[in-house]
Amino acid sequence: MLEHNRGAELAETTPFIKVRDVHFSRGSKLIFDGVDMDFQRGKVTAIMGPSGTGKTTLLKLIGGQLKPSSGSIEVDGQNVHQLKRKQLYQLRKKMGMLFQSGALLTDISVFDNVAFPLREHTTLPESMIRHLVLMKLNAVGLRGARYLMPAELSGGMARRVALARAIALDPMMIMYDEPFTGQDPISMGVLVRLIRLLNNALGLSSIVVSHDVKETCAIADYVYLVSAGKVMEHGSPEQLANSDSEWSQQFMQGMADGPVHFHYAAEDYAKDLLGIES
Amino acid sequence: MLSYLQRLGAVSISMFERLGRGSLFFVNIVFSVPSVIVRPRLLIAQMHSVGVLSFSLIVISGLFVGMVLALQGFYTLSDFGAEGMLGVMVSASLIRELGPVVTALLFAGRAGSALTAEIGLMKATEQISGMEMMAVDPVKRIMAPRFLAGLISMPLLATIFSAVGIVGGYFIGVGLLGIDEGGFWAQMQAKIDFSEDVMNGLIKSVVFGWVVTWIAIFEGYDAIPTSEGVGRATTRTVVHSAFAILLLDFILTALMFGDI
Ligand SMILES: Nc1ncnc2c1ncn2[C@@H]1O[C@H](COP(=O)(O)OP(=O)(O)OP(=O)(O)O)[C@@H](O)[C@H]1O
Ligand SMILES: [Mg+2]
Repeated sequence: MLEHNRGAELAETTPFIKVRDVHFSRGSKLIFDGVDMDFQRGKVTAIMGPSGTGKTTLLKLIGGQLKPSSGSIEVDGQNVHQLKRKQLYQLRKKMGMLFQSGALLTDISVFDNVAFPLREHTTLPESMIRHLVLMKLNAVGLRGARYLMPAELSGGMARRVALARAIALDPMMIMYDEPFTGQDPISMGVLVRLIRLLNNALGLSSIVVSHDVKETCAIADYVYLVSAGKVMEHGSPEQLANSDSEWSQQFMQGMADGPVHFHYAAEDYAKDLLGIES
Repeated sequence: MLSYLQRLGAVSISMFERLGRGSLFFVNIVFSVPSVIVRPRLLIAQMHSVGVLSFSLIVISGLFVGMVLALQGFYTLSDFGAEGMLGVMVSASLIRELGPVVTALLFAGRAGSALTAEIGLMKATEQISGMEMMAVDPVKRIMAPRFLAGLISMPLLATIFSAVGIVGGYFIGVGLLGIDEGGFWAQMQAKIDFSEDVMNGLIKSVVFGWVVTWIAIFEGYDAIPTSEGVGRATTRTVVHSAFAILLLDFILTALMFGDI
């Protein structure tokens, strides 16, 4: 009895994903300069930050598609970048990822796209696959679109199909890369609730990358604000909203001036317009 | 001068690096081939798009090449009074040389470029990345079936090309120019050797099929994932394939038919 309790407690406290002192660069451009993050089991953790800071890159590092130049990333107790190829693939079956672009296979229909991971990884009979696929499509409101080809979908619809595909294998965690962009207010509301619902009902751990401060704060248990290769702030949404740091105030309220620069590093504007190159 | 040498060095290093990556990629494909054989459905779909869709192009080209060969050959041969050898001339040229080479060049333009563009676009739209994240190996799922389809289709297409070309030669030689029909076929039967001509032609077409498909798939896989990058990779596929075909043809011909 005591043992059991200790185990449960451990599961509560050891994070599902541990990111430790990760450095990463693209060519000469430093993207992460020592990042530490914890993602708790069964919680929704949000990553927010200006465009181009490397949020997508971080998800790819966690998924093992990119390798940090130093530091470690552990998922469910396994160091992602020390796994053998087979083990990595085994781990990935438990990770769902929703790509920013959707990344649907363009030569097969919506139905076949959602069925793809099931057909690749299980030996379920076709009737069962049909059942599962329709269930997942229904959850994202696109059961009626099952015969369409990906090219016939709008951007927002494609992302919802991709979500249905990401949950097809009932993963332990899902990484959402900008799930809300391109959604109208109604499907946005549905998606926000769906992410929370999936998290609670299936006990998933979720990572949500997003710019939509209001929607994200509504579902996130914990938020990391990332900029310039570092974690700037972290805490629960309430903590961040009440934080008096200039940085989080600027981001949470979306102002162009402040410690974060809206512009990509550039020459002085006036000089640039006059055509003076240094 | 020094900077010129430097640039030359940089270019050759990057060339060899690419060649190395290409070879590793090829080894990877070879190891994935068994998984394709277990799932022939993927292979059949690719045989359709790589092979069957090139069929009409190959048939029409083969017919015209055979007819032109007969016309040209007739006027040269008739100078020596050897019109009876027309069938041998047409069939030997096709089986040994033009069948494999012209088919491979057409195949690179038709199927090779399509393969590169398809795989390159899959990469640009993150489909390959997405597949990796779904724990599906894109080399097994995408590359290996296409490679095998190309390898099987090329010799079949080259054979069809030569056969149709011979029929074209027959139309012109016997139908139009009035050569004796019996002689046309009998000379061909007597002079064309199975291992010397047919087998060697077949070996050439297998080698060309291998090199074209390999180049096409690797260029797609290695393409810079933008529309411009994919466009360039497609061009490179056609150009590099053409060079590779002609160079290998020279080497193979020297080994097979030259007494070196
Ligand atoms: N393939 C690549 N090669 C070189 N640099 C890249 C590549 N992909 C991304 N980058 C660079 O890495 C940085 C981080 O990119 P990333 O896509 O992770 O940003 P992001 O935070 O997801 O932005 P957004 O919110 O706009 O999606 C960018 O500055 C970009 O210029
Ligand atoms: Mg991004």
